[in-house]
This record gives sequence, C-alpha cells and structure tokens, in this order.
Amino acid sequence: MKNFWIYVKNGIFKENPVLILMIGLCSVLAVSVNVQNAIGMGLAFTFVMVFSNLFVSLLRKFTPHDIRIPIFIVVIGTFTTIVDLVISAYSPTLYKALGIFIPLIVVNCIIIGRAEAFAYKHSVIESIADGIGISIGYVWTIVALGAIREFLGSGTLLNVNIIPNFQPMRVFIMPPGAFWGIGLLIALLKWVDSKIRR
Amino acid sequence: MKSEMDKLIVSSSPHIFVKEDVSYAMRQVIYALIPATLAGVYFFGLYSLWVILVSIISAVLWEAFALFLRKKPLNILLDFSAVVTGLLLALTLPPKVPLWIPVIGSGVAILLGKQVFGGLGDNFLNPALVGRAFLLSSYPQIMTSWIEPIHKIGGMVSQASPLTSTATPLAIVKLKLTGYQLPSYWHLFIGDIPGCIGETSALLLLLGGVYLIYKEIVDWRIPLSYILTVFIISLLFGKDPIFQILAGGLFLGAFFMATDWVTTPLTKKGKVIFGIGAGFFTMVIRLFGIYPEGVSYGILVMNALTPLIDRTIKPRKFGEVRK
Repeated sequence: MKNFWIYVKNGIFKENPVLILMIGLCSVLAVSVNVQNAIGMGLAFTFVMVFSNLFVSLLRKFTPHDIRIPIFIVVIGTFTTIVDLVISAYSPTLYKALGIFIPLIVVNCIIIGRAEAFAYKHSVIESIADGIGISIGYVWTIVALGAIREFLGSGTLLNVNIIPNFQPMRVFIMPPGAFWGIGLLIALLKWVDSKIRR
Repeated sequence: MKSEMDKLIVSSSPHIFVKEDVSYAMRQVIYALIPATLAGVYFFGLYSLWVILVSIISAVLWEAFALFLRKKPLNILLDFSAVVTGLLLALTLPPKVPLWIPVIGSGVAILLGKQVFGGLGDNFLNPALVGRAFLLSSYPQIMTSWIEPIHKIGGMVSQASPLTSTATPLAIVKLKLTGYQLPSYWHLFIGDIPGCIGETSALLLLLGGVYLIYKEIVDWRIPLSYILTVFIISLLFGKDPIFQILAGGLFLGAFFMATDWVTTPLTKKGKVIFGIGAGFFTMVIRLFGIYPEGVSYGILVMNALTPLIDRTIKPRKFGEVRK
C-alpha cells in the first residue's frame, strides 16, 4: 500500500505527463480554451486512463508480446467509446466543444505510453495507482492552462466575469496563446523544481 | 624612460579597437528613425508623441524588470536595444491607441519576444514585431482604427475632422471600400495619409534607411531585394506596383525591421534570400490573406526561417574545393 501512494504521487509532478514527459500535448493545447472544457476533457481522460491501465494490467499475462499494441488499442478504444457515448448523451454542449478530441483519446500517447511502459509490467493495484497519479497530473495541468487562457483571453473564469472593464487578450484563446501558456507553465514548474532541489 | 614604457602595452589580441559596438549601432538606428517619428507626430498630433514615449519608457522598464529577474547587471540597458524596440513598436501602432496598448505590447515584445530566449542576440524573432503581432491578434479593433492626419502638406487641409475614423490606402484597395479617395503617389511618398504613426512617410524612412546604409549599420541587400520583390510580384499580379511599395509599412519594415542583426541571415546570399522571401510572404498576405497589410508577418515568417537559410547557405571555406 505504501507503493500505491508513491505511484500516485509520481504522476503529479515528477512524471507529469504534459509538463515533464511532454506527451499528449495536442488535446491539452487544443481543448484548454476555458476551464469548463478543460475539466470535461480532464474527466474523460481520467476515466479512460484508469480503466485502460487496470485492464491492460489484468490482461498482461495473456497478451502475446508481438501484438500487444493492437490489444492496448482495443482496450483503450472500448473505454473511449463509453466516454464518447456518455458525454454525447448527458452533455451535448460539452460534446460539441470537445469535438474530435474525445474520440482521439484512443490514440492519446499518454494512455498508450503508460499502458506500454507501466501497466504491461506492473501489478493491477500499482497500475491503478499510476493511472490515478497520471490523471491528476493531466487534470491539474489542463485546468491550470485553461484558467490562464480563459482569464487572459476572455476575462472570465468558469464563465464568471472576474475583473470589470478588463480588455481580454484574444490571442490567448487562439493557438499561439496555448503555446505561450504551456511554455509559461513549464518554466514555472522548472523554477519551482530548482527551488526545491536547492 | 618611464613614459616610454607606458606606451608599451602588452596584451593579447584584439589590438585594434573601434567605437562601433551594439550601443553605437542602436543609437544610429534611433537617429535614423527621428525624422519619420517627428513626421508622424506632426501628421497625427501630439497624442502620438505620448504613445511613442509610453512605449519607449515601458520597454526600458520591462527590460530592467527582466534583467532583475534574470539577475543580470542593469547596465545592459545601455545598449539601447530596448529603446529601439519600444520606438519601433510605437511606430507600428495606430495613432489613437489607448496608452495601455504600448505598455502591454512592449511587455510582450521584451519579455516573450526577447528575454525568455536569453536577451539581445538570442531572440529568433524581431521583438517589436512580436509585440505588434500580439496586439494585432489580441485587440483587432483597436489596432485597425485609423484617423485622418491633422496636418496635410501642400495646403490641402483635410475635410474630415481629425477624430473621424478612416481606412488605410491598402485597406481601401483590399476591401474595395467605397466613399474613400485613394491618395496620390505624392501623398503616399510624403506620408500625410492614414496609417500607423511611423509608417506613412516613405520619403523620411528612405532618408533614415539610406543614412543607416551609408553608416554601414544595415546591409543594402535586404531592403533592396525586399522592395524589388514586392514591386515585381505586384507587377505580375496586375496591381499598381508603385502604390504597393509606397503604401503600408513596407519602407519601415524593409529598412528598420528586416535588417535587424540578430534575426537575419549572416551571409550576403542569405540576406538576398531573406529579402525575397519577406517580399513574397508580404505579397501573399496582401493579395490572398485576410489582412490588408502583410509586412510584419512576412518579416516574422522569414525571421523564423533564418536559421534554415544560414544552415543551407554556408560560405565556402578558404581553400575548400568546389564540388
């Protein structure tokens, strides 16, 4: 059980999938236009991440090594389809906002990466812990980026106006703003890291 | 004997010192921009002087802030590059922008355009153009509202009140706006036309540019190939070539921004390619893009391609056998 928390903690900062491993950037950059979309994407990602790690780990003894990637894809695709259908049924507006990026979770390199690098080689409990940790890392990153971009680009947070008469910098809800935002987040994390290490 | 010995200085090379350093070059650029700046203030009123001053002062303060954060000595400020960035940014702003626009613009220019990469010499894009591109995509309405010049040369006082909004010559042509009269070549050349503060007067920018070329601060290849390319492409596409090179910010961009030492190729051939490419992208945007003016993006695209140009076009080493 001690390992459980170590693996959970691992994904939050030390192996943060977006800011440290820098994989799965496309969905983060594209969807983080506002906090609401970021949370929706984060939850969808979390569901697929945890369950795919769980099932890949469960099936690891029966998975032939040569065709493991197609099997991972089948597992991930199953949960992505579930998420896709659930969101489209219960929150059509969110479904429209996230658009193609929900089905694209199938090929999200973070999820395949963790299946290949972690869940395929570790026990079920550890794989769940890793899935939870990576998901927390992903969610806080995408929500933080969404908050930066929504605040600077639209002047709001969760659609609530924060500062009256604030002239939003529209560039932050455009693609260049996403790159600037994630650059600043990476720089911030590196800076905090260097302070802690000292 | 002692005085004789004092003349003998034993030191390692270099032995010959010249006064041309970065600070000197930057000051020459500022001198060269003064006529166009004064003309802009004359044409668009004293308010544009405030825009220019706020832009320069905030650029210097942002630079000082960044140097403080990076724990660098503040005397780097004496290289005047922040002043040039602030001045160039202000010259590419419309005359009636609110005063917080140059503050934000110079902040983006200095912090995100220059200092995050390690300061002057390590930036791969022209900082002033980064600031302008940021402002243009962030505040499109403010950045495209123009006014008629207050003063006109040649006795023809403008009929419209100075505060009424108007359109730049390029926008009139591009968007086929009706109700506006296109200025003549003479007015385009002199500069008493709607436009950014410092971009309108082709004559005075040419003067400043020739001064810089004479002082060997900038290479003549980039402005010449840039303007010629714009001329030829507009000829090929049946546009009025003289109008295309005089209207908009081509002269400001070609002489003062496309010639930035840091963000342009090192070799002579590379410089010509840079000018041609900038002219090509400028005309692509002017002819097919959504913006009426493409100088700033044209230069930015070529800034980004500069490392590729430098890698492709390497000067032959002395004694190297031609393949």
